[in-house]
Amino acid sequence: MATLLPSGPATPSVFGQVGSVDGILRFVLDDVWGAGLDVLAGLTGVDMLASPFMQRAYLAALCIAVIGPLVGSFLVHREMAMIGDTLAHSAFAGVAAGLFVNATLSVTVAPLLTALLVAAVAALLVQTLVDYAGAYRDTSLAIVLTGSFAVGSVLVTATDGGIAVGINAYLFGSLATVSRTNAAILLVMGVVVTAAVTLAYRPLVYVTFDEVGARAAGLTVTRYNRLLAVLTAVVVVGAMQIMGVILVAAMLVIPVAAATSVRGFKRSIGAAVCAGLLATTTGVTLSYLYDIAAGGTIVLVAIGIYAAAKAGVRARRYVSRRRRTPDTAVSAATAAKPDGGDDE
Amino acid sequence: MALLEVSDVTFSYGDRPVVDRVSIDVEEGEFLGFVGPNGSGKTTLLELMIGLRRPDSGSVTLFGDPAHESKHGGRIGFVPQDVANTNGEMPITVREAVRMGRYPHRLAGRFTRADRDAVDTALQRVEIGDLADRRIGRLSGGQRQRAFIARALASKADLLALDEPTVGVDAESREAFYDLLHDLNREGITIVLIEHDIGIVTTHASEIACLNRELFFHGDPETFVETDALADAYGGSQSLVHHHH
Repeated sequence: MATLLPSGPATPSVFGQVGSVDGILRFVLDDVWGAGLDVLAGLTGVDMLASPFMQRAYLAALCIAVIGPLVGSFLVHREMAMIGDTLAHSAFAGVAAGLFVNATLSVTVAPLLTALLVAAVAALLVQTLVDYAGAYRDTSLAIVLTGSFAVGSVLVTATDGGIAVGINAYLFGSLATVSRTNAAILLVMGVVVTAAVTLAYRPLVYVTFDEVGARAAGLTVTRYNRLLAVLTAVVVVGAMQIMGVILVAAMLVIPVAAATSVRGFKRSIGAAVCAGLLATTTGVTLSYLYDIAAGGTIVLVAIGIYAAAKAGVRARRYVSRRRRTPDTAVSAATAAKPDGGDDE
Repeated sequence: MALLEVSDVTFSYGDRPVVDRVSIDVEEGEFLGFVGPNGSGKTTLLELMIGLRRPDSGSVTLFGDPAHESKHGGRIGFVPQDVANTNGEMPITVREAVRMGRYPHRLAGRFTRADRDAVDTALQRVEIGDLADRRIGRLSGGQRQRAFIARALASKADLLALDEPTVGVDAESREAFYDLLHDLNREGITIVLIEHDIGIVTTHASEIACLNRELFFHGDPETFVETDALADAYGGSQSLVHHHH
């Protein structure tokens, strides 16, 4: 957590608090996660699990797989899947701003922190544009997306090019960016996002299902829309390290899309998280074994899971249809539809 | 005091007024049906009535408070216009949707036995108990309407507001749906609804309001069918609208 601290003098109370958080994080990272994977490595004989580098990568993969689909479920079912992409690009502007400040001024700020700040502001901006300016949702998304990428590219080129190298890691993501500090930040983000969604689950799901009905029922819809936008920003910034700016939206969307045939909203979130876990752990492993980009590998595995899930649903539907009425399969299927044939 | 009081309300989108100096009271236990041509401001007025919009001028009083700042969300059951189009991919089950009726009362924390009973009772009341674990997007239009009514019942709503609830619902289910509304109304729930089918609304509603920006008529259905209010509101083209459906 050292880089998070301001370089100037800090008051003792702040130090004390940060110290205790640091202690908890050290315990979780080393004594629980690290030691656990060491034992697993000993049992299975897979050396990869014992390397601290891969232990951090797997921890990041786990966090991303949980919070991505958790927040993404609310986005996808509101047809707001692309907000993740927009906020990723604004996070890129934030990273560029952080690197720019580091390069030109004599202070040190973590680029992840500036990314989080800028993405959160962009999230609120998008919501405000939709709420008050009456702009079309995808138009306001496009404006903020391109606008922030423009800011980012200007900032990157405004210095002598020194930060262009650093920015590459954020654009495409890399397991190498998951330092101990970043793993700790991601873990904290994961806990915060999970807690927020758990506490606000009911209003969030109400707004997702029926926004007007939620307003009629007296819910402050604007507040929950903003909460969802800011949570998306947090997820995007957290997942960006491994996934990269360009691919990070995938973790909000693809696992959720793979789980849409699961009945029940809570269960579908659970299934989406499982799909996410499978995608990220497989992706990180393959990325390490074959020395290929982690973000791209994870997305390709996730798309594979999505395709398999869709094919599985279709196959099952086909089989059950044939089993029910071998001769009149087609007519039975069409007849069942109006009274609510469940395709699951 | 009336349950809902709309007095001299005007509302515009930009400089185009869609609701113009409308005054109308809804008494407890009433079944009020709104009729009027497309674009006549019916939906806007309904939204004003339940506090989804704030009037430009005039006032709407719901349960004794200004509607737009009303804290009586749990007493309002709203069935929006496009219910029949709920996305089929939405994984939410009927039971999950009906449970939302309890959310205004319990936004966080565990559901009590009373909450769960309210949900079960509501599902049984509208006769969709056997569909509770189906995905709501996979139901027929009529079944989906019942699920939304069940959500309102689970909330113990006193006022049911429905915006063209039977669009996209077949004639048989529509009759059954109105029978259900009729029964609920007799059990004491106040109903305000928009309906394009003038025949069905004059059969079931206790009061009719005919709207085209301004209020052309407000009174009982028997009087309504004898007046020229409909022709006036539709500008003489009501026969066309009649045969359209």
